[in-house]
Amino acid sequence: MSTIDFAVLLAGVAAIAWINWFFFIAPSRRGVEATSTMGMQEALIVVRGGYEPATIRVKSGTPVRLVFDRQETNSCSEEIVFPDFNIRRYLPAFERTTVDLPAPAPGEHPFMCGMSMLHGRLIAE
Amino acid sequence: MAATETTKIEFPVSGMHCAACQARVQRALEKAPGVDRATVNLMTGSATVTFDPSATSTEALLETVRGTGYGAEMPDPSRSAVEEQAARDAAREAEFRDLRRKAVVSLIAGIIAMLISMPVMARHAGVSPDPFMTWVMRHVSPALETAFPWIYAASPSLLLGVLLVFTLGTMLWAGRHFYVGAWNSFRHHSADMNTLIAVGTGAAFVYSLVATFAPGIFTSHGLAPDVYYEAVIIIIALILVGNALEARAKHQTASALRSLAGLQPSSARVIRNEQELDIPVGDVAHDDIVVVRPGERIPVDGVVVSGRSAVDESMLTGEAMPVEKTGGDAVIGGTVNRTGSFQLRATTLGRDSVLARIVTLMREAQGSRAPIQRLADRISAVFVPVVISIAIATFVTWFIATGEGGVVRAFAAAVAVLIIACPCAMGLAVPTAVMVATGRGAERGVLIKGGEALERAGDVDTVVLDKTGTITEGRPAVTDIIAADGMAEGELLRLAASLERASEHPLADAIVATAKARGITLDEVSNFESVTGKGVKGTVGAHDVLIGTETLLREHEVALSALSPQLLALSATGRTVVLIATDGQPAGLLAIADPIKQTSRAALAELRKLGLDLVLLTGDNEQTGHAIAKEVGISRVVTNVLPDGKVAEVKRLQAEGHVVAMAGDGINDAPALAQADIGVAMGTGTDIAMDAGDVTLMRGDLTGVADAIRLSRRTMRTMKQNLFWAFIYNVVGIPIAAGVLYPAFGILLSPVIASAAMAMSSVSVVSNSLRLRRA
Repeated sequence: MSTIDFAVLLAGVAAIAWINWFFFIAPSRRGVEATSTMGMQEALIVVRGGYEPATIRVKSGTPVRLVFDRQETNSCSEEIVFPDFNIRRYLPAFERTTVDLPAPAPGEHPFMCGMSMLHGRLIAE
Repeated sequence: MAATETTKIEFPVSGMHCAACQARVQRALEKAPGVDRATVNLMTGSATVTFDPSATSTEALLETVRGTGYGAEMPDPSRSAVEEQAARDAAREAEFRDLRRKAVVSLIAGIIAMLISMPVMARHAGVSPDPFMTWVMRHVSPALETAFPWIYAASPSLLLGVLLVFTLGTMLWAGRHFYVGAWNSFRHHSADMNTLIAVGTGAAFVYSLVATFAPGIFTSHGLAPDVYYEAVIIIIALILVGNALEARAKHQTASALRSLAGLQPSSARVIRNEQELDIPVGDVAHDDIVVVRPGERIPVDGVVVSGRSAVDESMLTGEAMPVEKTGGDAVIGGTVNRTGSFQLRATTLGRDSVLARIVTLMREAQGSRAPIQRLADRISAVFVPVVISIAIATFVTWFIATGEGGVVRAFAAAVAVLIIACPCAMGLAVPTAVMVATGRGAERGVLIKGGEALERAGDVDTVVLDKTGTITEGRPAVTDIIAADGMAEGELLRLAASLERASEHPLADAIVATAKARGITLDEVSNFESVTGKGVKGTVGAHDVLIGTETLLREHEVALSALSPQLLALSATGRTVVLIATDGQPAGLLAIADPIKQTSRAALAELRKLGLDLVLLTGDNEQTGHAIAKEVGISRVVTNVLPDGKVAEVKRLQAEGHVVAMAGDGINDAPALAQADIGVAMGTGTDIAMDAGDVTLMRGDLTGVADAIRLSRRTMRTMKQNLFWAFIYNVVGIPIAAGVLYPAFGILLSPVIASAAMAMSSVSVVSNSLRLRRA
């Protein structure tokens, strides 16, 4: 194996490691807390190639209202799915869509796009 | 006096951008007369107002908001489901047109680029690392050179410049959304289909740029400075073609829902101040009298108050024969009046109407998830980063195996891996099947709650059937009239019905209805007396009449020997027999039974043909229960079942390891329907208990049960085929693109061919789901 072969191998391994770190480990775990008004917890989520914020912290036992602001036409993000609540909604492009969820049980409730490529989490505490 | 009643409304407010806008609208609303409380929400762009309806109105509040310079409109709740579908359709249609235009233009650009790139390649001995282009060089280039010698005479830098302009144009115009989408995903540490396309074509483009502007890097290592411009354009074009076809096919998956939503007429002809007025259907009020003429669609749900007609309800119930409607009958908005004119009194409106409820239910069903999807979801979630890793590994392996000279080949293989991998087919496999299957069910009057219900219904092996109202009509009727010697049938019925008219027993209704149907005029009754559990007695005209059980008549010392043979024979067939005596002498008997629905026998035979075990549950005694079971051909009968006994019976079957479907009416049988793996609620007319079951039959007969189970089984098959193909496509395609077949067979996949394969994979999955439309 020549030096250049070795360099390419090293670079390849490093690139693979970085990609897996970037997509699987690096995504922020912090999240944003929902605001409370009139007995309802609310949060605004911008949809543009992903969810911003992707992690929402809410209190368990109180209904949650999420407003999705889809700022793109990319068809990958046209649907939002909450498997735990059996909800699937269409998000019109450049519009705000309100999704009301029943009071969540404590724990993590994932949400995703219609094809499970983009992910977010609702953490009920 | 009670406190003033308040009304709470919520409506969207448009045009607010900041907290100041919100505060301004809120202040205006709070200051408006009659407003108790107002909250304006900037995030949702809506206002919630509690007000005193006697002091102000919804319209005045909307006007207040408009006065502040923002937009406000009351939403029409009944149309939300329909509107969402329309919005979706409009977006899908726009997407399709856009994709088609871009696909056509970039295909043309791709072909031109291919022609231009041939003379460029011809200078490098005509060998491309891309097997597709090598083939083109061998078979097309000589003919092209003869036809257009001037292209071959042009300066290579001019040709490269033209190619570069074409490629940049295609990437920035036709392929822009791939790159923007990929970048947006990247910022969120996520990756989707766009990422693969962007990285694949982007890498090929950057490589070509280097070869164009710094060919020395290649030539100094003894490599030809090849460019990939034409491949970039053709890959983008083919993926766009695939996306356009996919958008069209996805549009078709919602066709059933679209036609249901389209059943709602936009206007209604109502009578107000003794005049017929055409008004928008949203303005029809409860109890309005609506005029419906022949050939028109009935605008709202209601009850016929005058006139008669035959109504075609096939679009909602799947029932092909028109249904006769006359005074007092319920009609459903969206169905078509065929023959006569009639007037109806509007009952349920807006979002409570049968049609709106069906559309909402369908929309929820089509949006639901099937558990089988979980595997696909788990794969999709890691798919793209894993594919990028495989592409890098492919490059490294090729590079090390073939040395510096193989860098071009290594690069082509890595790009092919990125391009051929397609997560979309996996994501579409299950939802498109659920969409098409639930839509197909609705067309046949079978409403399936969603993906999970479809999946479980496919596994059902035992069907439990409630007798009354499910197998039978649920309306007892007189089946036999036997008059004693010296008594006419009509006279017997007249005496019995006259007396029973005063009774509230269900069997009494059957007797009175039979007499009325025969046009018999009933007499007044005096001295009416009800003997609980046994019968009734009273005086009709000059006769003392006694009606009831054998016991009651024996207590009154009526000699029954003459009627005994018939009494025994009829009881043995499961009929309920009532005896009648006049003035202490036996007068005759009436046999009453709940007739079996016309469709039940065929439907049950169909269920048996599907290999299902059938169990009949009934509250009747053993004799009646077995008689009915024998008549419809069910061998397993459970008799004397109390309402809560049905739940226990379903549980018992489940404990034996059966997957149980329970068919019954949605009201009395609700607990048993809920206990069963699949609850099938039988609907009739407007009275539909849609929440009770996993499956609701719009048509009140059992044929829908077989339809539902057959459709579910086919859908499960389709989902499994889809998942299998989507999965196997990637499992086979990615290694071939990476070049595993090269050492043994010398087969390499061109990135161009990879893009065509990828485009077709999702189209084929959606097309397979669309086959369910004929299920």
